[in-house]
Amino acid sequence: MQAKMVNLKINNISVSVPEGTTILEAARKAHIEIPTLCYLKDVSCVGSCRMCLVEATGARGLVAACVYPVSEGMEVRTNTEKCRQSRKMTLELILSKHKKKCLSCERNHNCELQKLSLGYSVDEDRFKGEDFVLPIDTSTPYVVRDNDKCINCMRCVAACRKQNVNAIGPIGRGFHVHIGSAFDMPLSESVCVGCGQCIVACPVGALSENSTIENVWKALSDPTKQVVFFTAPSVRATLGEAFDMPVGTNVEGKMVAAIRRLGPDHVFNMDVTADLTIMEEASELINRIKTGKPMPMFTSCCPAWIKFVEQRHPEMIPHLSSCKSPQQMFGALLKSYWCEKNGVDPKNLYVVSVIPCTAKKYECTREEMKDDVDAAITTRELARMIKTAGIKFTELPDEEFDNPFATATGGGAIFGATGGVMEAALRTAAHMMDGSFEVLDFFAVRGTNPIKEATYLVAGNTIRVAVASGLANAETIIKQIESGEKKYDFIEIMACPGGCVNGGGQPTLSDSVRNNTELKESRARALYTSDTKNELRRSSDSPVMDVIYNDYFGFPNSHKAHEILHTTYHADKRI
Amino acid sequence: MENCEACGTPEQAEKLKAVIEESKSTPGCLMHILQEAQGIYGFLPMSVQKTIAEGLGISLSEVYGVVTFYSQFSLKPKGKHRISVCLGTACYVKGSDKILAEIEKELGIKCGECTEDGLFSIDSCRCVGACGLAPVMMIGDEVYGKLTPESVKGILDKYRKEENV
Repeated sequence: MQAKMVNLKINNISVSVPEGTTILEAARKAHIEIPTLCYLKDVSCVGSCRMCLVEATGARGLVAACVYPVSEGMEVRTNTEKCRQSRKMTLELILSKHKKKCLSCERNHNCELQKLSLGYSVDEDRFKGEDFVLPIDTSTPYVVRDNDKCINCMRCVAACRKQNVNAIGPIGRGFHVHIGSAFDMPLSESVCVGCGQCIVACPVGALSENSTIENVWKALSDPTKQVVFFTAPSVRATLGEAFDMPVGTNVEGKMVAAIRRLGPDHVFNMDVTADLTIMEEASELINRIKTGKPMPMFTSCCPAWIKFVEQRHPEMIPHLSSCKSPQQMFGALLKSYWCEKNGVDPKNLYVVSVIPCTAKKYECTREEMKDDVDAAITTRELARMIKTAGIKFTELPDEEFDNPFATATGGGAIFGATGGVMEAALRTAAHMMDGSFEVLDFFAVRGTNPIKEATYLVAGNTIRVAVASGLANAETIIKQIESGEKKYDFIEIMACPGGCVNGGGQPTLSDSVRNNTELKESRARALYTSDTKNELRRSSDSPVMDVIYNDYFGFPNSHKAHEILHTTYHADKRI
Repeated sequence: MENCEACGTPEQAEKLKAVIEESKSTPGCLMHILQEAQGIYGFLPMSVQKTIAEGLGISLSEVYGVVTFYSQFSLKPKGKHRISVCLGTACYVKGSDKILAEIEKELGIKCGECTEDGLFSIDSCRCVGACGLAPVMMIGDEVYGKLTPESVKGILDKYRKEENV
């Protein structure tokens, strides 16, 4: 049934929108942007910050456009003196207790509060708030919280609630409200899993990753170190955004060129170990199907998902694939196979992984595999390094990754989007089970639906698969399995909604972009396009896999592969 | 914050469990359960909040957020006799701040704290509806009005005597 249309005027421009549309959404139809701070599409809509106040006929006083529905014949004015004065006052009150250390703030020039303050010509010192200093939480490798910069917009809390992790919330009341974990405990002791969705939701500089850039610079200038960079599949789909390129631009060539100019010894492609992960994981799946070992099997590439299982559903640990993630496999592969082959002492090799993720910063410090990767930096951190080094990113030529880890398949490329690991695994697993199975496109597991399901018949086996992104959806799947409502054989989980392309380490985009772009879809499209263009689409067809297995591991899931490429998990139940 | 398993009795734990079971299917039951829990334990330590969070299937952070929002909920133990000094407008202009200071001095604790022997705790409140008697304080359900700093000791001694302290 078609929704009833409502006609109204916004700043004298006539628009017609479906009933139930908010003034904010309707204004976009009239090409008018209303300023926001607490509102964030798909994440937060509470109408608390009062930045989006507008005049509307039939309403008493100013109304919050982000939550106020339109009505027939309504006349809205978004840019009157009254609106501007109100917004200015709101900003000045917010600034009364904001730590104004803007010069060195990592959100300088990319801060919603700064942008609005400039636009409304505020006096940042008009009001002086009560002086109290809140401690900075640096207890985790993934999130640093500086509450003196926080404006209590609650977007981080909404992002955490959307994930159903609920590690943080508002504490206290009135002027002393601040965001933190229960009992103000350090984030490291909370139920936080490190997904970083709070960071990309933050409009200001209150949240950031725990940066390890300085360590990387140090290694780069250390003559005794061989430095190797590798980049995760989704970084090439988003890095351009940090240089004002359109969302969804694949900048693989420029990314490689830029990293090479930072001065490491080698720049490798993490898509290669995405392929390697598939070789191991597909073999593990087939083995589990044959032996009836704990089924269903969950993917294990996402460290926030792993932490979620360990902390909230330890009973599911036997269902996790034992495969390390592509990041950890790459580190392990470099420090074993590659070092042996090139006569390099692993102690002198410094491995930097560039990832779209904050949880991967924690993953590489896990006790089971802490020697694999020396530093994991986010897409944002890489962009900052490129800018600091004075590299004119957009003017760079396209360059290629270094051998022997340059060539990867389309299966490796799509690892960065929800459904990508599943599809890559199905391509290889089906072919391993039945050599005549030639299907390469598994459309049912693509797209940004929170939960996707499909059933495939391969070599007489029925394989029931499910794909979920966003931890709240992962939780739904676990409950359905435990209640017996659903039965699956293989499940892919990515903690971030939409997968790694929407990871917590990706560039922070301004509200005016985020609120009006299909971010997850556009970024994922860049990966699927490169998959279709690739002549090699099945991980097992990669010539690099042939070399690695022939030279070193023998065959997937061999004893040596298990020693180097697989890991273990442990229960760490938290409330 | 101390994990106060030791200060709770098995009877208290049973009571709390019963309250949670009885109310958990009612939407918005958290406030009610917290009030009942505070009635059982006298305050809301981390262990009690964890039990409630687990029982309701919500996060500890959510429970803690509600507890810290309402001033009636306490994270610290309360005394057997709860002193509440009114700092509302009428009492304040009549010098209730001096009454509070005198009680703090007499008991050797600050507002919001509890004496070591567990006999008294001090809190402040805003108006008990007896402005005609300002300055006013309550001890338990008893109202004491027209207070002077000099009258404080005598009132406290009455309770001490009851307890043979």
